[in-house]
Amino acid sequence: MPKGKNILTTDIVKHVATLAKLDLSAGELKSFQDQLSSILHLVEQVSKVETTNVEPTSQVTGMENVMREDEAGVSLPQDEVLRNAPRKHKGYFVVDAIFED
Amino acid sequence: MPDFEPVIGLEIHVELKTGSKMFCGCSADYFGHDPNTHCCPVCLGLPGALPVPNRKAVEWCVMLGMALGCTIPEFSKFDRKNYFYPDLPKGYQISQYDQPFCVNGKLKIKEQGTNNKEQREKIIRIRRVHMEEDTGKLLHATVEGKKVSLIDFNRSGVPLVEIVTEPDIRTSEEARIFLKKLHHVVRYLGISDADMEKGSMRLEPNISVKLKTDGNLPPYKVEVKNINSFNFAKKAIDFEINRHIELLSDGIVPKQETRGWEEKKGVTYSQRSKEEAQDYRYFPEPDIPPVRWTKSQISNLKSQICELPDQKIARFMGDYSLSEYDAVVLTDEKETAEYFENVMKQVTKNKGQITAKTIANWIINRKADISKVSSEELIKQISQKSQKATMSDDELGQIVKKVLGANPKAVADYKAGRKNALMFLVGQVMKETKGKVNIEKAGLLLRDLI
Repeated sequence: MPKGKNILTTDIVKHVATLAKLDLSAGELKSFQDQLSSILHLVEQVSKVETTNVEPTSQVTGMENVMREDEAGVSLPQDEVLRNAPRKHKGYFVVDAIFED
Repeated sequence: MPDFEPVIGLEIHVELKTGSKMFCGCSADYFGHDPNTHCCPVCLGLPGALPVPNRKAVEWCVMLGMALGCTIPEFSKFDRKNYFYPDLPKGYQISQYDQPFCVNGKLKIKEQGTNNKEQREKIIRIRRVHMEEDTGKLLHATVEGKKVSLIDFNRSGVPLVEIVTEPDIRTSEEARIFLKKLHHVVRYLGISDADMEKGSMRLEPNISVKLKTDGNLPPYKVEVKNINSFNFAKKAIDFEINRHIELLSDGIVPKQETRGWEEKKGVTYSQRSKEEAQDYRYFPEPDIPPVRWTKSQISNLKSQICELPDQKIARFMGDYSLSEYDAVVLTDEKETAEYFENVMKQVTKNKGQITAKTIANWIINRKADISKVSSEELIKQISQKSQKATMSDDELGQIVKKVLGANPKAVADYKAGRKNALMFLVGQVMKETKGKVNIEKAGLLLRDLI
């Protein structure tokens, strides 16, 4: 069990599970609470680095403005697109009904 | 009852009509094609596929932003918006979060006053214009007795621009006018069909209501989706405003939620599936390097923006001394405006006597078929008609007498003070002369002879 302030509450773990569409048992909830907290704790150490004069970045390649011209090419044939689909119907992927109303 | 004031903001999605999709080379021309025939590993979200932004889509997004008076930040990037839904194969949508391509714009709208004379101008601020990708399309069906949803990913990854206004709108009519104007600008730029029936322009009003005396924004807002016409948007907004006022009058703050619009019943309904708090966990898209503009790139894009409706209207009124009404109608479609200017150019070149007003009338009132009648042909038609219009007074006199003789009842009615009777007689004269005479002249002559 990590020490420090970054202990995730059960509510946060439940919320993250909901976002990930996971149902967690009470045991799993506890287990993930510990594991996720450990990860946060580990990553927290990064905040010790002096960053006053460092510009934030989300990229490490140094590349910018990588784009392609607007040219349409060939797509996959429909049967290829659907090849790994567990359920299909008349060229469509099939999932359990999503109710919108 | 306390004085309530609606607070309305708009989110508009516009699908760009590029040749290829936003991040892959699949054709973006998906409408009406067989399902799942415009797909590849990138737009199906298969592992390892690498998205590469479509330069034209990005430039069009920036140009739209410029046309809406936005600032174009030098630096911009894409982000991932995470959520699970069957139409989103990657589990996230590539969008833009905190550094969109365009920020802080504005669009001026004009609202006609109730007496149809006064015009009120208002600035609606644009918060941002950003680039993202469309999702797949869901169809709901019953297959082998089971209710299912069918997914077609042809639309997945089609370039989508989102325009977000500040909550500056106060009435449903302001919203309608704003949307029409935005639609006009998009059509002028030629970057989208903006066809609402096909879903290439989608409207999402955010509505809340507060006390007029309260300077703060309301603590909630309701988003309405599934709207595919300007008038439906207006109706949905009015429905929501009334619903909120009723709730607020009972001391209830309306629930913050997403609702759908059902046109048949003229009501909005709660969309339960989207009710849970949305938490998109945006983070920078690691697969796409950021975008940094040079000043020359920005000015180059700016120079590619065509004359926009407002500028064209002002120029038509100035250069051709047209009324605002004529200028507005002529510029409604870019093609009509171009046609009008072509005709004008030829008239000027040949030192013709036809006025801009006459040409405008022919195009507006006679609804000249500009796709069939060439500008030369139109000038010929106008010249011929105007020659015939100088029908001799004698000839006209004969026809007027004939009309009077044939319609004794109308004549009697007019003598008895029924002004409409004269209009009927004028109509008869116009019919007899096949519209070759001036209406006022015919009216005057009729009055004289009665």
